[in-house]
Amino acid sequence: MSGWLLAAGGGGGPVIPNFGQGSACERSGGWFCTDWVRANWDSTLQPALVQHIELTVVAVAVGFVIASVLALVGYRWRPFDLPLGVFTDFLYTIPSLALFTLLVPFTGLTVTTVEIALISYTLFVLYRNMVAGLRGVPEEALEVARGMGLTRVQTFFRVELPLASPAMFAGLRIATVSTVSIATVAAFVIPKGLGEPILTGLQQSFGTEILAGSLLAILLALTADGLLALFQRGVTPWSRIR
Amino acid sequence: MPTEAAELVFDEATKVYEGREGAAVDHLSLTVPAGEICVLVGPSGGGKTTALKLVNRLIPLTSGDIRIDGKSILEHDLTQLRRSIGYVIQQVGLFPHMTIEGNIATVPKLLGWSRRRISERVGELLELVGLDPEKDRKRFPAELSGGQRQRVGLARALAANPPLMLMDEPFGAIDPIVRARLQDEFLRLQQELRKTVVFVTHDVDEAIKIGDRIAILREGGRLAQYDTPGHILEQPADDFVAEFVGRDRGLKALALRTLGDLTLAPARPDGEDGLPRLAAETSVRDALALLVAERRDALLVTAEDGSPLGIATREDLLR
Repeated sequence: MSGWLLAAGGGGGPVIPNFGQGSACERSGGWFCTDWVRANWDSTLQPALVQHIELTVVAVAVGFVIASVLALVGYRWRPFDLPLGVFTDFLYTIPSLALFTLLVPFTGLTVTTVEIALISYTLFVLYRNMVAGLRGVPEEALEVARGMGLTRVQTFFRVELPLASPAMFAGLRIATVSTVSIATVAAFVIPKGLGEPILTGLQQSFGTEILAGSLLAILLALTADGLLALFQRGVTPWSRIR
Repeated sequence: MPTEAAELVFDEATKVYEGREGAAVDHLSLTVPAGEICVLVGPSGGGKTTALKLVNRLIPLTSGDIRIDGKSILEHDLTQLRRSIGYVIQQVGLFPHMTIEGNIATVPKLLGWSRRRISERVGELLELVGLDPEKDRKRFPAELSGGQRQRVGLARALAANPPLMLMDEPFGAIDPIVRARLQDEFLRLQQELRKTVVFVTHDVDEAIKIGDRIAILREGGRLAQYDTPGHILEQPADDFVAEFVGRDRGLKALALRTLGDLTLAPARPDGEDGLPRLAAETSVRDALALLVAERRDALLVTAEDGSPLGIATREDLLR
């Protein structure tokens, strides 16, 4: 981490990176220097974007698996629903910086620390939506399934799961978008992801770098959300008919 | 799988819910002959739906037995039993995520039919219940009207050609005009299919119209009377039945006969009687209603092509 820059910058005016070598825009403290973005894309921004995608995909995928197991338990055995709901809710309420601080003594300044935190935050939304989706399956559809001789497993895979999938997708989209956003905070622990250029930019009071990191995070969130929405349309064509 | 209609026997069938006073179905014994429609009717709390669900074991028997073609339902494998019984409910319960074809194909798929056989069967059934075998096949339930959905529900229950059908207020949630049409179509279908049917309703008129036999259940799930609609209307077993079928049971009995059933006086060959004309399949009740409304004493009964069959007077109708 380059904390000394923050300290050095604390005394006077803005710290200008690459002092004496930067472009005219950078030297004059421009609002958003596209030439800096072009010059630093390969070395800084693109790797940060790829790392950010990795952080997000791992967190959402693992969170999805854990939440699925929890949701099955909470759905089949109703008494577990409330405690599981409260537990995931509790995880969600812990401020991310506090959670990092709690975890670092155990898992250090590692990707593991970051992923534990990110996964914890996905559980709340995923769990709630999965259980709500399963509970929302029409009673009469379940009764007819039983009456027609579908076994419990057949009923789950042919009726309950497909009918719960729109709600599950809704949860997945929210979890993905919020993970993209929260993952920028990972830069406090490891120099990875789009949080890194944002943090560096903050420390150096360099607007272009902050903006570039932020814009990429926003674009990534929108793209992921759009892709998931398209995927859902393909998988559940019936859910759009009203 | 047997495709012939099956005889259904309730033998002292009893359901007592734990922690609830009294039985829901109390020593119910009756036989539904193969190929007939038995309507279970009665006030709420009479255990009609419970009795129905005992048959496919959605509700387990407390004591007694139910036999299909002589074999106890308890000796059947549960899923096999249910797959061999058509089941239709009031809320239809179509699977919203499946097309009409997917819905109808549910049981055939479970039974491992070939794709081709399923596809042919779906087309056949859609035609049978009055839907478009090509256009409606790929639609989703949300795209259909209530009446169309119940037709699909019926087609789905018939898909694997079950010998026995259980129908729980199938037309209860449908508006009166469409309901009457669905009842007529169902009766026409039954002429052809000759299934054994157990049909639950709370509507006496529907019971009289649909049933070959009617079982009237009273509070506590006790059988008050089991007989043909005509006998029940003419000779109610007790005050409860008489009150349940209504003071107008005499009129209701008229609905069981059509003008074609009457002995008619000869009509003038030229058909110029100046009398109101009614088709032979009109019920005597409807004919009487017309005479009362038009203040007439007689009417001309006509064949399907409109040719005169004979004259019926008001006295003939009431005879």
